[in-house]
Amino acid sequence: MTQHFSTTGHDTFVGSPRSRVDGPAKVTGLAKYAAEFTASDLAHGYVVSSAIAKGRITRIDARAAEAVPGVVKVLTHENRDRTAWLDYNYQDAVAPPGSPFRALYDDAILYSGQPVALVIAEDFETARYAATLVRVKYDTETPVTDVRQVEDEAYVPPKKRNGIKPPPKPWGDADAAFDNAPIQLRQDYRLAIEHHNPMEPHASTVVYEGDGKYTVYDKIQGVSNSQAYIASVFGLKKDDVRVMNPYLGGGFGSGLRPQYQLFLAMLAARDLKRSVRVVLTRDQMWTFSYRPDALQTVSLGADRDGGLQALRHDATGATSHFEDYQEVVVNWAGVLYKCDNVALTYKLAKLDTHTPSDMRAPGAVTGVFAIEIAMDELAYETGVDPIALRLRNYSDVDATAGGKLFGSKALKSCFEQGAERFGWAKRTPEPRSMRDGRELVGWGMATGVWESMMMQTNARAVLTADGKLEVGNTAGEIGTGTYTILAQIAADSLGLPMEDVTTKLGDTSLPEAPVSGGSWTAASSGTAVMKACRSVAAQVFVLARQMEASPLANVDFERVVFADGRIAVADDPSRSVSLVEAMRAGGMDRIEAVESATPDKDFNSAYEAYTHSAVFVEVKIDEELGQVRLTRVVSAIAAGKILNPKTARSQILGGVVMGIGSALEEESMMDHRLGRFMNHNLGEYHVPVNADIYDIDVIFVDEEDKANPLGVKGLGEIGIVGTAAAIANAVFHATGKRMRHLPITVDKLL
Amino acid sequence: MNRFDYVRAGTVAEAVQAYGTADRARFIAGGTNLVDLMKYDVERPGRLIDITRLPLDAIEDHAGGLRIGALVTNAALAYDARVGERYSLLRDAILAGASAQLRNAASTGGNLLQRTRCYYFYDTATPCNKREPGTGCPAIGGLNRIHAIFGASEACIATHPSDMCVALAALEATVRVSGPAGERMIAFADFHRLPGSTPEKDTNLEPGEIVVSVDLPETGYARNYTYLKLRDRLSYAFALVSVAAGLELDGDRVKTARLALGGVAHKPWRNREAEALLQGKPATRETFQAAADLVVAEAKPQSENGFKVELARRAIVRGLEQAAAGTPQSITDKRIQ
Amino acid sequence: MRLESASPVAADAKIGIRLTINGEVRDIQVAPWTTLLDLLRERLDLTGTKKGCDHGQCGACTVLVDGTRVNACLILAVMKDGAEITTVEGLGGLANGGAGSNGLHPIQAAFVEHDAFQCGYCTPGQLCSSVGMLNEGHARTRDEIREAMSGNLCRCGAYTNIVDAIEDVLQGEAR
Repeated sequence: MTQHFSTTGHDTFVGSPRSRVDGPAKVTGLAKYAAEFTASDLAHGYVVSSAIAKGRITRIDARAAEAVPGVVKVLTHENRDRTAWLDYNYQDAVAPPGSPFRALYDDAILYSGQPVALVIAEDFETARYAATLVRVKYDTETPVTDVRQVEDEAYVPPKKRNGIKPPPKPWGDADAAFDNAPIQLRQDYRLAIEHHNPMEPHASTVVYEGDGKYTVYDKIQGVSNSQAYIASVFGLKKDDVRVMNPYLGGGFGSGLRPQYQLFLAMLAARDLKRSVRVVLTRDQMWTFSYRPDALQTVSLGADRDGGLQALRHDATGATSHFEDYQEVVVNWAGVLYKCDNVALTYKLAKLDTHTPSDMRAPGAVTGVFAIEIAMDELAYETGVDPIALRLRNYSDVDATAGGKLFGSKALKSCFEQGAERFGWAKRTPEPRSMRDGRELVGWGMATGVWESMMMQTNARAVLTADGKLEVGNTAGEIGTGTYTILAQIAADSLGLPMEDVTTKLGDTSLPEAPVSGGSWTAASSGTAVMKACRSVAAQVFVLARQMEASPLANVDFERVVFADGRIAVADDPSRSVSLVEAMRAGGMDRIEAVESATPDKDFNSAYEAYTHSAVFVEVKIDEELGQVRLTRVVSAIAAGKILNPKTARSQILGGVVMGIGSALEEESMMDHRLGRFMNHNLGEYHVPVNADIYDIDVIFVDEEDKANPLGVKGLGEIGIVGTAAAIANAVFHATGKRMRHLPITVDKLL
Repeated sequence: MNRFDYVRAGTVAEAVQAYGTADRARFIAGGTNLVDLMKYDVERPGRLIDITRLPLDAIEDHAGGLRIGALVTNAALAYDARVGERYSLLRDAILAGASAQLRNAASTGGNLLQRTRCYYFYDTATPCNKREPGTGCPAIGGLNRIHAIFGASEACIATHPSDMCVALAALEATVRVSGPAGERMIAFADFHRLPGSTPEKDTNLEPGEIVVSVDLPETGYARNYTYLKLRDRLSYAFALVSVAAGLELDGDRVKTARLALGGVAHKPWRNREAEALLQGKPATRETFQAAADLVVAEAKPQSENGFKVELARRAIVRGLEQAAAGTPQSITDKRIQ
Repeated sequence: MRLESASPVAADAKIGIRLTINGEVRDIQVAPWTTLLDLLRERLDLTGTKKGCDHGQCGACTVLVDGTRVNACLILAVMKDGAEITTVEGLGGLANGGAGSNGLHPIQAAFVEHDAFQCGYCTPGQLCSSVGMLNEGHARTRDEIREAMSGNLCRCGAYTNIVDAIEDVLQGEAR
């Protein structure tokens, strides 16, 4: 039953550019982040980090620290209270298979920077000072942190990570076809280890409410995950732990899993029966999740016109000794390109590091980077234009899913509109053939792809007698604009002005949503909010029709529209009732509905769902000195319905900028002798600055998708995918130097 | 950050006296490096002497040149009209460094005294001869992409991170210092040290001595100069290699040349032979290449920074070309002239 | 205790300072190792100023001290005795009647209009830095704005929108 007030029918706000509803709070400093909530009995925890990467703690001497006036306690593995016994209890909602890291668990050192003590003091400065006085002695073993060193021990993960598609079984005979192919390309690719580095350091403020109850402000991309983790680890009832995080100062995946500062803050708060805050320092942001290194080999066999005859993508990704972190690295070529002989393999190798974690477009950034450079190499080998080559091998079905159709795939429009906007036709393909004064000019392009997902999600809508609507759930607002798009959807669903809608997020007192990640929040929470509003609409409609002499008497729900705060007969707008009147007449203070949105099983059994992009970039490289300027980017995106072009564009800009960082700047440098990342600060780990970013043009191509009622496919990841490959391809076009290892720094270009 | 005594000095004499025999006393002005290092527990002063109220914040005409008070901020110095007109090399070097916020806080004296950005120096979990003499230098054979190619020792391969100092070296400034034994002048070339076997000492300042001013000589090379900085992003990053070049031309010949490099040694790196080689020669690419070859001939790269040798060679040539042509590198237009 | 002479204040003593913060005069007892940033956030509940790196490498803590933009994380509060501090919470009051009906400084309104942020964590620093940059008066072109704003990292990548917002305000001033 299609109902008129669905947002697809009467879009007033949905689809139009809207400024963020949380904008005023963010520009005035009123938006509060996890470390900014407080309590009258607040103590401050400061983490002492391990100086070694592998071995055992033989002695911790905290006497000097404890002697500092103002120090409350120093927690170590030797004196901390018990928490849950089983590994299983520490597994959060998005944990990979294995035994999650447990801070202060025992004397074993599993990675460099591991927390070994928590100094708790009356004020932050005292905790920080006392932490320098904690003396830790170790028995040191030699760490292994270079994935090349353990490549031979790589293994296929025995237990699959939930939600991560393993590589499909091979089809055809990729090796034989490769050997017989007229054109054979086989190369290795690597990108550097990256750290998320959201601007807000990880932080947890645990407010002890007495009576074994806690209110927790945690930097997390979904408060439900923290709440379940705390309940499980500390043996608490969920009702005794309320977790909130109204704003997140960037996550990019680092906030999907509860991190150790949450465990430590809870541990201390429970021990001391008082409120405790633990904030990580910027260098401690290198002591948990990261985008893992992967050794990758891509083999392409093709005919002389570029038609693919064989395709192999083999990757060995890094993980920790305690968990099998997995991401989708090698499947993408099979999704994007038509080929009869395909083999895709993915293995893991264990290192003495923390477990890697999802970082913006996990796996796709890694794998698509390799494939899309390989395709550019094939374009040069065959003399076929890079876009033409991709069209020649274009796939209308997902071969990795047994040939299922795509729900929608407007990638061809991305190529066309992106190329047009960029001026691709004016490109002379010969390397070093375009220049501007002393700079070589390079134009490169690549395809991006990301899975479009939806998750089981609940949401609540509450209409009050004053005609105001509140919607919300536990989803995290991670900077993507969730407050705003949910307000747009809710306003349209009930025909209210946006000012009359309030969105509440990041509070476990609201209905449960999964963590915000994977680009699924708009589809999932958006649909759930729409359904909850629809349910409220149905209830208020009943009240309106029951009114004495109701203009809506004998009108069916299907024949009314909700607009301007009123319910009106669709083909006779003069017959209408305001929501406020209906509520008053029915004697209702509030109408509340909680609804659940679930993925469409019928759709999912028939179709596969992906977002796509075509990224075009221009680089200008000083011929003599190798300085790269990325002067132009056009990113053409096919991602279904765009709910808010303004915030949507920003998401793509952000993805592109992070892709630029990945391509040209970002690298966490490990001293393998020490097993330690050494450039653990924002002065030496380079992320793009304003001066690095010139013009970025974002195009959203039309794409109709039916995976969910909103037609939305998600935007959080697609902007980054393909960007680094497009840049590497442009660098080749400019210089004739093929860059297969990121970042492309000046030393590689001289 | 450790506990320390705090003293607010009103005069240079008070400051020097407060330094006295205090345990690990440090003067603090802008604090942009010292507070940074204190938070990492790399610097652990027993006493901080706040010198920001000393009357050292003026830029004055002096002996045909300029006398820059030690407390003049980097920003005030860069945007001073006299500096812009007569010492634009210095202006550009300052503006190539750090960020606007840091330049607003950082002082002239502090810029001279900033410490290396070596990863290991900054990380108390690792050994470092500069931080804890005798513990070793893990940068040798480790991560040394950003380290020295000139003048390093078995004990230390760190670089001096300043941009401003590279220009001051090229300009042959003089550092005026005051201490328990009175006032003295130190030629800029003698102010910073090579690491040798005592890398813990960055400069030739004696204990308790305070930088009072930096004096610029008359010649500013304001017509033919450049500050060319190459780094891992287009702003707000330390130099991999930088070149300060100043030329006096006589027609198409070089009359005098000044050339200093940043990011390549424990101090701003000058090579007098290369400057002498340029003298009297035609201001051509061939001449500049010969000078660059001479400079890099004595380079001794580490395991990961061999690229700096070639980068320095090319940057010297380009920098001298920019200077000769009167087209200094723009700070805001990132295209290299 | 006010500190007037060069006699040392022992490490366990707090020192009396006077700051004017967002127009309000405040007498504060502060330990010498307390940074201006920690003072604002932990003691004065002015959490609009953000801690991103605590080492002058990200710009999130940018505030105006006597009208000049600086990194609050690298400033010992005791050294700024007598200074005027403006944080993001005080920008609206700086607008001198230029604040819109919403109480926002024009740069704040322009940031909202141009979507010059996503997560919002770097935003107070970007805003104070923008105001400081406008006070300095050295940046006019997009290239100049980009360079002048490079001391403020934005991991969400809103840089082009930030430049648009600043350009908007610059053009408004020029009118």
